[in-house]
Amino acid sequence: MTSPTTDRIAVSSDQDVVRVRQLVRTVAVSVRLSLVDQTKLVTAASELARNTLVYGGGGTVEVSRVENGRRAGIRIVFADQGPGIADVDLALTDGYTTGNGLGLGLSGARRLVDEFAIDTGVGQGTSITVTKWCR
Amino acid sequence: MALSSDEAGRFAELLKEREDEIVSTWAERVGSTLRGRLSTAELHRQTVDLHHAVQGALSDGLSELSDGAGGELRALLAELSGSRARQGFTATETAVSVFALKDAVLAALDHAGDERPETLRDYVAFSSFVDQAALHTFDSFVRTREELIADQAEQLLELSTPVVRLWEGVVALPLVGTLDSARAQVVMERLLQTLVDTGSPYAIIDITGVPAVDTQVAQHILKTVVAARLMGADCIISGIRPQIAQTIVALGIEFGDIATKASLADALRHVLKLTGMKRQER
Amino acid sequence: MERVPILKIGDTLLVSIQIDMEDQVALQLQEDLAERIVATGCGGVIIDISALDIVDSFVGRTLATIASVSRVLDAETLVVGMRPAVAITLVELGLSLPGIRTALNVELGMEMLARDHGDSEPDDTAMQDGDDAAVSAP
Repeated sequence: MTSPTTDRIAVSSDQDVVRVRQLVRTVAVSVRLSLVDQTKLVTAASELARNTLVYGGGGTVEVSRVENGRRAGIRIVFADQGPGIADVDLALTDGYTTGNGLGLGLSGARRLVDEFAIDTGVGQGTSITVTKWCR
Repeated sequence: MALSSDEAGRFAELLKEREDEIVSTWAERVGSTLRGRLSTAELHRQTVDLHHAVQGALSDGLSELSDGAGGELRALLAELSGSRARQGFTATETAVSVFALKDAVLAALDHAGDERPETLRDYVAFSSFVDQAALHTFDSFVRTREELIADQAEQLLELSTPVVRLWEGVVALPLVGTLDSARAQVVMERLLQTLVDTGSPYAIIDITGVPAVDTQVAQHILKTVVAARLMGADCIISGIRPQIAQTIVALGIEFGDIATKASLADALRHVLKLTGMKRQER
Repeated sequence: MERVPILKIGDTLLVSIQIDMEDQVALQLQEDLAERIVATGCGGVIIDISALDIVDSFVGRTLATIASVSRVLDAETLVVGMRPAVAITLVELGLSLPGIRTALNVELGMEMLARDHGDSEPDDTAMQDGDDAAVSAP
């Protein structure tokens, strides 16, 4: 197996969201995620990277290969220094939005990945870690 | 406990000197556990190969199986246990192929009448080396079995998921047997792909051959119907058994506005009526 | 910034999205289409997304807005060619694209628009009846 590597992209514009999608796709192919799982992960990454841009005022996305015994996977960390999320449970509710989106970004992205962790607080920025494993 | 280079050297010497004797005792021990399921000639050839690999590794001064000098031996052990696993031998029978070397060496030592005090120490060290080799064999055996099971599961999935073209613009997916979540997912992906490949706007999912559905499977079917709609195709579900209908209601699963028909024939008639109507209108 | 080309075929506007769209490109397409519908008086819009390997909530929302805007401008919008993996992902995401009509490919989409356009009112009701019958059947 290849040793774990991490790629990092700074997100500060629309183009960066597209770059995040392309990077995640490349890594997803390299760890042999199924086509449907690739699509789910890239979609989740697109949602979360946009959140980082729109609500966090920009930040960074780190994509790395991970291994868990016999399974390979991808871990992506979305970090920003924005205002943070006051009520995480509420933010994870379908249809809840403070912006003008559909309110499916966070809750929808969580359904598309295997592991989802969120670390945030008012004024402390937000860090979201998602992982998808090969079947 | 690692073998010192002296010990390794002494055993390499012993294995070389008394090759014929050790190989024949070894092959005999293994043969008695395999109960004639492997020909004597085949077994003898394998034993000689193993013997050479062990002897070679020891004379290269190997102290642990994971050493660089053990590479060839490890590969041979992996190959041997792989072939045993595929031929249907048990894990014990496979491990005995290696363990029997201890008996053979002990017999050779007895025979030589070697009673120096360090012989016991040597033998314990050698024995732990054989244990390592046997553990390696066991790992390889399990790995091969897991690969076999995964391959078979995949073949089974392919066998059990035919998507057939029933009519111009109509495909059918006759589901047979128990649907678990993994299989439901594969089947549904294949159905959606067939819709695209054949350009069929109608799909009939026939579940006559499905003995039971649980919430997860019902959810998979529902999601597939919704996904097909997003793609521009309609799904009809046919052959729902009375018990399954009861389950669906009891589980509180909403089939909503999804078309359901009693049999595949009814479903096809329904689709033809819809498409026929469109043709006339054109 | 890249722009998505809009083709006019008879009474239909055809858009084939071939690039990984930035959000701005999607918004630009939404504006361009509204203008072309008014300028050409076309009655149908077909958006081919067979080259898109993902549709996220932003693109989904843009498609829904395009459909609503064109309906106001008296044009019917069809989204065609969605890939299976994309459809499965959208269902999981919780995005059902209400109000958007779909077809498997451009050809079927054109047929569907032609049928709509032929003699609109009676057709639609006939179709509706057929669907309703399916729902009420045991």
